Amino acid sequence: MDFNLTEERRMLQDSLSRFLNDKHDHESRRAVIAADKPYDADLYAGLAELGVLGALFTEDQGGFGGLGFDLSVVFEELGRAGVIEPVLPAVLVGSLIADRTDLIEDVIAGEAIVALAHSEPQARYDLNHVITTARADGVLNGTKVHVLNGAQASAIVVSARESGKDWDEDGIVLFLVPKDAAGVTITDHVNNDGTSGATVVLENVKIGPEGRLNGGFAALEAAAARGVLALSAEALGAMEAAKALTLDYLKGRKQFGIPIGKFQALQHRMADVLIEVEQARSAVINLAGHMEQLRIERERHVSATKNLIGRVGALVVEEAVQMHGGIGMTDEYALSHFARRITMIDHWLGDVDHHLARFIALSADAE
Amino acid sequence: MDLNYTDEQQAFRAEVRDWLADALPRELSEKVRLGKRLTKDDSERWHGLLNVRGWLAPNWPKEHGGAEWDAVQRQIFEDECCRAHAPRTVPFGLSMLAPVLMAFGSAEQCQTYLPRILSGEDWWCQGYSEPGAGSDLAAVKTRAVREGDQYVVNGQKTWTTLGQYANWIFCLVRTDVDVKKQEGISFLLIDMNTPGITVRPIVLVDGGAEVNEIFFDDVRVPAKNLVGEENQGWTYAKYLLTHERTNIAGVGFSNAALETVKEVAANVHAGGKPLSENPHFAARLAQVEIDLMAMATTNLRVVSAAAKGQAPGAESSMLKVKGTVIRQELTSLLRRAVGPDALPFQVDYLEGGDNAEMMGPEHAATSSPSYFNNRKLSIFGGSNEVQRTIITKAILGL
Repeated sequence: MDFNLTEERRMLQDSLSRFLNDKHDHESRRAVIAADKPYDADLYAGLAELGVLGALFTEDQGGFGGLGFDLSVVFEELGRAGVIEPVLPAVLVGSLIADRTDLIEDVIAGEAIVALAHSEPQARYDLNHVITTARADGVLNGTKVHVLNGAQASAIVVSARESGKDWDEDGIVLFLVPKDAAGVTITDHVNNDGTSGATVVLENVKIGPEGRLNGGFAALEAAAARGVLALSAEALGAMEAAKALTLDYLKGRKQFGIPIGKFQALQHRMADVLIEVEQARSAVINLAGHMEQLRIERERHVSATKNLIGRVGALVVEEAVQMHGGIGMTDEYALSHFARRITMIDHWLGDVDHHLARFIALSADAE
Repeated sequence: MDLNYTDEQQAFRAEVRDWLADALPRELSEKVRLGKRLTKDDSERWHGLLNVRGWLAPNWPKEHGGAEWDAVQRQIFEDECCRAHAPRTVPFGLSMLAPVLMAFGSAEQCQTYLPRILSGEDWWCQGYSEPGAGSDLAAVKTRAVREGDQYVVNGQKTWTTLGQYANWIFCLVRTDVDVKKQEGISFLLIDMNTPGITVRPIVLVDGGAEVNEIFFDDVRVPAKNLVGEENQGWTYAKYLLTHERTNIAGVGFSNAALETVKEVAANVHAGGKPLSENPHFAARLAQVEIDLMAMATTNLRVVSAAAKGQAPGAESSMLKVKGTVIRQELTSLLRRAVGPDALPFQVDYLEGGDNAEMMGPEHAATSSPSYFNNRKLSIFGGSNEVQRTIITKAILGL
């Protein structure tokens, strides 16, 4: 048992943290969003150069990491800095395009973004709900929503149903669709936290056999597990940032002639925030440490962790804003970004309620 | 990062598990599993078995007859004991007084008292709290006045757990009233058979009487029973409280309690289905299980650092708060799972042995008293509010 990072991961953490401290802050992010840009291309190139994307892939895939703790180290730092640049898509599609080495090379170099188009209008958080159709001749029809960085992607991984009913796990297949393929319409929008989402409509999109990817539902579930880990670690980093801002504020802000951090009503709330953020850290460690385990063990931890992160995230956001008072609600102050990002993370890949129900079902399966 | 135990640690776990399967008497484990009250004989029997094996004092050095395990081994041992429904050992001598004696007591005190803790000759209780000194422990008023080679002690201690069984008590007493309250406290060992001591049980909300009031009326104590130096008792008291909080997170207890709740919920029916399939109950249970999964890792993070020589500080406050909240939630869920059969107060069953009869299914008689009894968890050992204040000062620096 060892709760210390390996030397390589600690170095990656340090260099990433230093880089983001130098190159990125709340103002620079606000400027990007205000200019209607989905992300800062220079910052993204810098992240790629630093090896952030390479750390998400295994050596077989041309990277130098790819395991649970590689993802958690990277995303905790991205979360702490409030980065909106499109690193997460690489996690979501990484294992699905594992045999497309040229494409992965471009992703690692920061030269290509590949998005995952899976969620559908009626699916909510059900990973197995797919009604986009794939005909035997490779023609796709359907609508995909909440495609992260779909409009910035050069190619899109699309899930579609080849056979079976709407909720069947069997019969789901995956395709790699070039963004300019005939019949593909991509409409983008900005999310509450400044990230870029898209709706992708597929109208008689003809994909040749070379566009068919290996794997179906099981591969999607494993990809989602990696996504949940990345999101949870990112939320943890953002919670640490919100906690640090709040602690500074409690020490600096004076009312009634003394720092408000001297009031026990606030001290005990802050102590609870600390306890719960440590719980969140343990939940991320648990998931990262079970990422390479058998499916049932891995997925129980996916749901346990995402549930806990959602609950603790809401507590941290609400307490941080409350303890700040009005200033905590202003867009100008960095807490606003962390509040939005932590809250929106609950809406990706299953929220608190979804994963509590799923944890119950998986636990029953395990017994 | 590696969440796995080493081969050595796994072998150690297997060794403990095998020994428990063999040595733990079924009468005891059934009592613990069912939440019945243990007698003095029960505890002494279990202490005796552990002592013969050399495992009674996990945290003591070998020279004093301890097992000298590191923090991870102690955690494994606790986990396995809870899993096997072993009685918990009585901590007052083993993990409270003993470390203080080893750190601050004389060689003679160590030679006199430590072996008797192991042999069971002495049963210690803790004379800390007073009616006017609860969370504000330094406010102790029990007075000890030096007269020749004796101290004359007058005053009252309270909430003294299992004091009715004890033949010795370690006390915080006031030896100087003219200084800052923390500076006039001494740490004194008192023979409970000394004239002038009266023990009065306090019946609690659960109907049991595990705590007592202890009155001291001109009790004459040999001066050689002073531990360390006069008026330095607060230092020793804090050492006891912060340094030797073993198993404060109670992960093993919670794991065992979780299994019990699951078992009961699978076997009682609500609306024609097992209670475990009731979505409201299942959600509450799943949530506490998820919290426990994370807390077990928080605990291992602290334990693992401790095994590498980092003394846990305010982290134990964190574990105390979260650990007790989880344990209390589980006692609450067990009571609710039992349902209307949790109503009758069945004291004969609670205090009875193997053959005591009971109305209702397993855990019916014990779930409500256990729920009431475990309100203590967030009050004793520094209330959870005191722990939050410690976190505030020591970690947050507010």
